[in-house]
Amino acid sequence: MTVTDDLSTTAPAASGPTATAGRTVTLKIRRFDPEVSAKPLWKSYTVPFDPSDRLLDALHYVKWNLDGSLSFRRSCAHGVCGSDAMRINGSNRLACKVLVKDLGPEISIEPIKGLPVEKDLIVDMEPFFDAFRAVKPYLIAEGHEPTRERLQSAADRERFDDTTKCIMCAACTTSCPVFWNDGEYFGPAAMVAAHRFIFDSRDAGADERLEILNEREGVWRCRTTFNCSNACPRGIQVTKAIQEVKRALIFRRF
Amino acid sequence: MPKAPAGTLYRGREGMWSWVAHRITGVLIFFFLFAHVLDTALVRVSPSSYDSVIATYKNPIVNLMEVGLVAAVVFHALNGIRITLIDFWKSGPRFQRQMLYTEIVVWLVLVVPGAFFMLKHMFETLFGSAS
Ligand code: HEM
Ligand code: SF4
Ligand code: FES
Repeated sequence: MTVTDDLSTTAPAASGPTATAGRTVTLKIRRFDPEVSAKPLWKSYTVPFDPSDRLLDALHYVKWNLDGSLSFRRSCAHGVCGSDAMRINGSNRLACKVLVKDLGPEISIEPIKGLPVEKDLIVDMEPFFDAFRAVKPYLIAEGHEPTRERLQSAADRERFDDTTKCIMCAACTTSCPVFWNDGEYFGPAAMVAAHRFIFDSRDAGADERLEILNEREGVWRCRTTFNCSNACPRGIQVTKAIQEVKRALIFRRF
Repeated sequence: MPKAPAGTLYRGREGMWSWVAHRITGVLIFFFLFAHVLDTALVRVSPSSYDSVIATYKNPIVNLMEVGLVAAVVFHALNGIRITLIDFWKSGPRFQRQMLYTEIVVWLVLVVPGAFFMLKHMFETLFGSAS
């Protein structure tokens, strides 16, 4: 770790969503701007906060009141769009889902690992989406198209319910030591997407997808570290989903 | 990835650290076996040099390394069973943490008495109680 610059900026009595709070917290953010320096550096910001503030509010405070050059992605601010996965105090979380008060007096914030950093907390998500596309994450149906909707029993729907919840935030894939060392690895999120269709009774593409995941960079790379399951903001049992794909490959029972 | 200096260590939980330990112990065992195959093969080349190599092992440092080897092998084997269960047993992923804690208890039960008996002889010769 190189702390090339530890610039502390104290908050002025600025206006903002959290300016009325009495307590403050230090955000230690890993900044990177390729136009300024080839090396990332840590910068600290002191930010006031309310007990109800989420980390995203604190980041907004920095951007709007202290340093407008800070870049990060966010959209919904409510844990549904999947834009703001970042490494918070060492592990992947959504900034909009964690409370500042739970994170301690000093909070370290870094971009998610294993994808090329473009600026500050923004990474290039394209390799992540490539892996997603590669598992054919759409319904593959056979036979005549029915005139009504494709019916499914509640039990059949339940079978893959867990993996329908994914918001494509990449918290799981970028928490995976295998993915950090091998960017070609499909990664947990793509396997969650594959699982969602492999175990859907209406889908006929299971064999195709299983073959894809049986390849070199597929499920057999998984070392069951459970980092993905611990990181998923949607509470998806990611390692379990991957295991079910492994078991399906071994037993070919759906 | 850009050639950025590393950030903080990823804060993983039980699963990540047990995997790190599994890989470290696996590599350690590999190096031991590598050396062990060589020294054992020596007996066919020259039994007397084999004897002299084995004689160099009879010292407290190697004794401690043996204890470390036993600790590593026992961990690797128990954790290997856990990983196998995670992959093959339907409820494996759900109970991975409980399996790890059980494994650590079994590991202690095997390694602590094992280390005691392995080191007993060394202490007796070093500090000379009963010969
Ligand atoms: C005592 C019996 C053993 C058992 C039950 C066992 C079990 C396992 C299992 C299940 C794995 C897969 C780990 C994973 O998927 O993450 C593994 C990995 C490994 N084992 Fe063993 N093993 C044993 C002995 C050995 C020996 C004798 C060596 C050394 C020659 C060794 C070296 C390794 C290494 C280097 C890995 C790779 C670790 C990784 O991928 O992270 N193991 N072992
Ligand atoms: S499985 Fe969870 S952590 Fe992974 S991309 Fe989907 S929502 Fe994010
Ligand atoms: S901003 Fe949409 S998930 Fe956090």
